[in-house]
Order: sequence, then C-alpha cells, then structure tokens
Amino acid sequence: MADIRNTFVGIKSPNPFWLASAPPTDKAYNVERAFKAGWGGVVWKTLGEEGPPVVNVNGPRYGAIWGADRRLLGLNNIELITDRDLQTNLREMKQVKMNWPDRALVASIMVPCEEESWKAILPLVEETGADGIELNFGCPHGMSERGMGSAVGQVPEYIEMVVRWCKQYTRMPVITKLTPNITDIRKPARAAKAGGTDAVSLINTINSITGVDLDSFAPQPTIDGKGSHGGYCGPAVKPIAMNMVAEIARDPETHGLPISGIGGITTWRDAAEFMALGAGNVQVCTAAMTYGFKIVQEMIAGLENWMDEKGHASLSDIIGRATPNVTDWQYLNLNFVAKAHIDQDACIKCGRCHIACEDTSHQAITSMVDGVRHFEVIEAECVGCNLCVNVCPVEGCITMEPLAAGVLDQRTGMPVSPVYANWTTHPNNPMAKVAAE
Amino acid sequence: MATGHFIEGIAGGRLSAEQYADNFSDLHPALDHHEALVEADRCYFCYDAPCMNACPTSIDIPLFIRQIATGNPLGSAKTIFDQNILGGMCARVCPTETLCEEVCVREVAEGKPVQIGRLQRYATDVAMDEGKQFYKRAEASGKTVAVVGAGPAGLAAAHRLARHGHDVTILEARPKAGGLNEYGIAAYKSVDDFAQAEVDYVTAIGGIDIQNGKALGRDFHLADLIRNYDAVFLALGLGGVNALRAEGEDTDGVANAVEFIAELRQASDLSSLPVGRRVVVVGGGMTAIDAAVQSKLLGAEEVTICYRRGQEHMNASGFEQDLAAANGVTIRHWLQPKRVIAENGNVSAIELEYTAMNGDELAGTGETLTLSADQVFKAIGQSFVPAHLNGSVASIELEGGRIKVDAEGRTSLAKVWAGGDCIFGGDDLTVSAVAQGRDAAESIHRALTSNGRA
Repeated sequence: MADIRNTFVGIKSPNPFWLASAPPTDKAYNVERAFKAGWGGVVWKTLGEEGPPVVNVNGPRYGAIWGADRRLLGLNNIELITDRDLQTNLREMKQVKMNWPDRALVASIMVPCEEESWKAILPLVEETGADGIELNFGCPHGMSERGMGSAVGQVPEYIEMVVRWCKQYTRMPVITKLTPNITDIRKPARAAKAGGTDAVSLINTINSITGVDLDSFAPQPTIDGKGSHGGYCGPAVKPIAMNMVAEIARDPETHGLPISGIGGITTWRDAAEFMALGAGNVQVCTAAMTYGFKIVQEMIAGLENWMDEKGHASLSDIIGRATPNVTDWQYLNLNFVAKAHIDQDACIKCGRCHIACEDTSHQAITSMVDGVRHFEVIEAECVGCNLCVNVCPVEGCITMEPLAAGVLDQRTGMPVSPVYANWTTHPNNPMAKVAAE
Repeated sequence: MATGHFIEGIAGGRLSAEQYADNFSDLHPALDHHEALVEADRCYFCYDAPCMNACPTSIDIPLFIRQIATGNPLGSAKTIFDQNILGGMCARVCPTETLCEEVCVREVAEGKPVQIGRLQRYATDVAMDEGKQFYKRAEASGKTVAVVGAGPAGLAAAHRLARHGHDVTILEARPKAGGLNEYGIAAYKSVDDFAQAEVDYVTAIGGIDIQNGKALGRDFHLADLIRNYDAVFLALGLGGVNALRAEGEDTDGVANAVEFIAELRQASDLSSLPVGRRVVVVGGGMTAIDAAVQSKLLGAEEVTICYRRGQEHMNASGFEQDLAAANGVTIRHWLQPKRVIAENGNVSAIELEYTAMNGDELAGTGETLTLSADQVFKAIGQSFVPAHLNGSVASIELEGGRIKVDAEGRTSLAKVWAGGDCIFGGDDLTVSAVAQGRDAAESIHRALTSNGRA
C-alpha cells in the first residue's frame, strides 16, 4: 500500500491534501469538520492585525462560470481576509491544533507592509502551536487597495523584505503565497527565496470579472449595481497554476524550493499532476466549496490506488517527476511526427472532428467515404495538431499515434528521422544560420 | 351487477372520472426549464447532423437545441418553424424513435438519444404560449389559392402561401380544421385542445380563410376551384378504410379504428364513450396501437392486437409497441381475421387463421384461433377515395391508388398540386405531410410569380 504521508517544510500531515486559506478554513467549526472528513491539513483563513476586523460586503461575494451542464468551472470571490476578531481566531486555532495534533495547521497572515506589524503578530501566532505561517501576498481585491495582498506580491523587493522580517521574528516555517497577477512568476519566487522563505505556495486567485448582467449592465457579482474584480479560482485556473508551479520548479534559481501547489485541484489526478510538476503537497479550496469536504476521501483513495498501480511507494517517488520534461519550445523535437487515428468502433459519427479540422485546421478528416458518413484521418494532410482529439466527445476514440523512425510521413513525403533535432539547429532558424556561419 | 372492466358488451362509464383524466393525460409531459437545459446540453452539435437529415422537414436540430441551451427559446422556435410551421404538433406526434432520435449519435453511443421531440416541444411551446409570430406576409400578390383539406399538408401549404402574399381559402369537409391532428391522433398525444391552438397559431399570419363543412364532390367540385382560383392544392387525406375481407364484417360491434379515435378525440365526456369488455384490434400500424391503447385506457378488460405478419413487419414503431404492452395490450402476430362470430346480432368472438410465409407469399395455415370479443376494430390501413375528384374535369393521374405528383407536388392537371397522405409515395406521417405542403406551396409560389412562365 502506497504511503501518502506528507512532510512539507518539516510539517507533517497524514496526506498531502490541505485546505487552502479561504472561507472553508475561517473558523474552528469548519476546520473540525474538515479534519473529521480526512483533510491532512489546513491553512487557516488569513489573519489581520489586532483591532477592529475588516468588513465584507453584504451582497454576493462570489461569481462563477459554468460548463454547459452547469458544473462549476470557475469561481470568483470578493471576500476579504477573516472578518473575525484576531483573538477569537487565535483561540480557536490553538484549540483545534490541540484536538488534532497529527494534522497540519498553518496560519495565513496579512498585515501592513511594516516591520512592526509583522513583529507584533508573529509571536501571537506562534503561541497557538501552529505548524507554520503562510504570507498572503496574493489577494487581488480589497486588501491590495490598502497596500497589502497582491500589492506586496507584485513587488519582489517587498516580498523579500517581509519574508526576511518573518524569518527573523519567528521560528515557524515560512510559506510565501504568490499572486499570479504578474507577468513572470519566477521573479517573486526568487525574491521570496532570497528573503529566506522555506517554501512558496501558488497560485492565489486571478483578477477577474465572471459575468455581466445584461439587464442592469453591471459586472457580476453585483453589489448595488456595481461590481469589482474578484479573485478567480477553480478548475478553470488549473492550467495556469500548473505552468507557474513548473516555471518555479525548473528555474535554476529556485529549483528545489518547496512548493505547495494550489489552483483548481478537484480530484486525486489533479493533485498528482501538480506534485509531478514539483509541488510537495497541494491545497484545495473551490472543490470543497463546490462539493463539501467529503471529496478528500476520493482524493486519498484515488492517489493511493494510482500509486499502488504504478508501484510508487511514497510521495517522494512522484514529486517533481515531470519537472525535467518541462522545457522550452525551442528544445522540442521537430523530427517527432504523430498522426491522428480514429477508432472506427468507438466513433459515434458526430462529425465534430471533421468540421473542426475542415473549418479551422488542415482539412485532414473525411466526412464521407464512398457515399457513406465516415470520419477518417487523411494522413497526407494531418499535421498531428491534436484538435480532433480535443473536440471528440468520446474519450479514447481519437488518439495521436507517433510514427516510428523510418516510416514514411505521407504529408512531407519524407521518412521519419530517428535523430532528435530542434529549432536551435533548424535551417529555417536565422539564429541557427548565424551560428553555423 | 357487473361494473367497470367487467360490464359485458360495449359500454361506457367503466372508470371513475379521475381514472379517465389520469389515463388520458399527456403521454410525454412538457420539459420544464431546467430539464430542457439539461437535455439540450446532451446535444453534441454534430456536423451534417444525422437527426437533421432524418427529419422529413429538415429542421436544423443541432441549431435549435443550441439556442435552447443558450437561453434563446424563441430563436429556437423560429429555427423549427422556418422548416416546419406545425413543429408543435410534430414534436408531440412524430415517431421520433424511428426518425431523428433513431439516428442521434447518442443513441448510437449510449442507447439514449437526445430527446429531440421533447426539446422541440419546449421551444415551440414557449413561442406559442407567448403568441409570438415570426413571419409577416409579403405584399399582397393578388393571387388566390384554394387548398382542399385543413390537415397538416393543407395548413403547412396555406401558411407558406400566405407568407408569400397570396390569399388562401381552405375548404375542409369536417367541422374543425386540423385533419388527423384533430381527428386522428391518440388523445394522450395531444392534450388541451392543442390541435386547434395550433390551427389558430398558423392562421394568425392572416390571409387564410378556412371554410368548414365544405366537402369536395358534395359542396364544390375541382373544376370550380380550377376556374375560380389561380392554383389548387389538394390535401384530401385518405377517406376510405380497408376492409377486413372476413365473413361477418358488417356485424354490430365491428368498427373502424380511425372513427373510434376521432370520436374519442371529440368526446367531451370520456365516460360517455362506450368500449367493449374484450376488444380485438386487427392491424399492425400506429392506428392499431392508438385504438388498442385507448380502448384499454377507457376501461376495456382485455385488448388484443392481431397482426397478420411478424413483429419485425409491424408499421408501429418499437416505442409504440412497448407503449401498448405497458398499457396491458397483448400483441399477437401471424394471425389474420377469418370470421366475425355474432351472438344476438352483436360480435361475440372473432375467428382468426394462423399465417406463415410460404416462400415470398403470406398464406393461411388452415389452423384457427377464436378470441372472445365484444368489439372489433379494423386498423388495416386507409385508402384514398378518388371518386370525389372525378366528374368535373379530366381525371387526375393516379399511382398505386393515390394521386401521382412530381418532385414539387404537381399533379397531372395544370394549376393543381397535391400533398399529404393522398399522394403516392408518402409515408403517412404528419411531418412528411407538412414537408409536402410546404414544398408544394413554394412550387405554387414560383408558378404564380413567374409571369405565366410556369
């Protein structure tokens, strides 16, 4: 049986599934329920400074986009950090940690970008017995207007500075949570590392407007006729998050820095993908907010089952295994040739592959053969683009089949070369020519 | 005294008022908004969609379903009505299981087609409930067209002709318009007087004058129409019922299934409609099923359909056969009627002969079976009665006993088109009649607007 116990920056949890700092972790009641359901850890909803807590809007806090079947694909929120008194949160955290010593409990913190503020709150958090802290440099709404959250996360120098304060004033491990609302995720990650962070976690939510009410012409969610950009999360952001995780994992300057992966993780498979790209554990929010805490049971069982099937004994066998395979476009093998293949027994003849290819790609799929409705790849036209695979409603019906070396590529009329050759050496590359001369 | 099912002979009042109401409620209740969205989402928006090609009126099904899915049911209804102005009734009565839904790729993939018929009903209901009219009449052409018969073919033709600016007079023998939609469809397929609502919806475009109680050959003649109108469209339907060719066919208690169905549709009080305790229906098509199921729903104790060939030869779709079975109707195959047995002047039983294929020929085996019956319905097909056409003008050419038309619906007589069940080569479906009416109207329009160069 695969061992999915997790140790992340020294913090132990029975599994790698943590709940992210968000509404599900705002108070003891929810966190207790989460632990009962099986979650390995939680990052408590972000604490603010001592004093009157922040206030939230009293209208809708969430917006969403759905698939056609109304499955929630993306969620957006304009909720702020905890709107409960700091002492209440600290008291509850302490109690919960005592009740659940085997689970990870990390405190998310966001206070003004001043040394005194951080210096003041860190001992209070440490006193709760929390396993670590997560610096919320990510929230893109509300708090950022007050110089916190993503306003810090968007300035690498601030990140480095705050991380340094934290490392100075607490013995707890520091996880720096990054905002994706920047152009190059490597810059804030490098800054966090330079400040001495123990880990980064990402992504926080993405600036977004989920919809516009076409009667009132107001963005959604709508508060008294107005809307504000909120933080976007859920399955829709997963590809963006995974790329950012991979960028940090493979950046020579940050390679090896522990990463807590966040962004649209809904199933065990999503979690395994994040970990394969270099995440040491994962944090989940939207999936729990959509389906409740019970989903962790599917995640645990699914991850164990997959690891058993593949013979992976522990999480260290999978973490970062895909990282070396993430490369730059210029290093992709241009001599690799694949062609689409349609399994005629599985084909239900909807014709979507044909019309997608015919209208928008390479005219490489038939619609009619000998007067009969029939969808078949015309190898001489197929560039192997994979669009047909992506639009086919039947999983596994269309597959990309690599051509073996030496086999004739009917499109080019050339046999497939066994030699790896990429753009850097390609004759059409002007830079390559310069190099050759 | 026997009550309910057990009253001997042909009797009404076998059920309670609630049972009648329940038995004759909507067979396929309308999808609500949520159900429609869930179902619409199942459509794959196929390329060159098989469903669309299977529809005799070629409705752009993927498009209308996508319009439902995107919150535009009115646009969806227009997509449907563009091809089929009687899309509301077709949504209710089309044997979708042998047309669009049979070839739906999800039928192929999962054995569960997208419920196209019910989605079509959803969209058309939205438009009709709002009284939304999508079409305006073109400028008056000054041309007049006579349409004989206010059934699906006649109504579809009239609507298209009116759109093109022609003035249409529909002459209908029956007291109400609608044809088989009004008189020939099982009651549970068209509840709430939908057929009349649809007639009103179609004629709301204007320029269509329906004259009821006007029968061809009795109240007017074809020659009159040819003389008084610029064009004539014949949508007469089938006036005759095929005979059993069995001894004792004229016995009391032997009736035409089509008349029984019509009577049931027109009945204001179902309890007043008498039905036998033991009913035998002879035939294997939709009419046989409609008559048998409705007999059962009216409270008959025992209803048997006897069909002279095998199950695979029945014209009734698999769905219809299952419907009959689910309602407790017994379907027996390879039996043909031989003799109706009477007692005190009324049917008491029917003697049937077993049949078998003798090479390519169907033949009686000589072995017989007698089923008790106090009512026998003939549902072995209807026939065209050409007599009404004749006498006033040169005979219209027939083929296979029905009117011969070309691809555009033109008959052998100048200025005369025909469509619906009365023409040769059709499949006796409402939706096909609509297609023929629509296409004949386009042909008539071309003829009327080509400055005599027709």
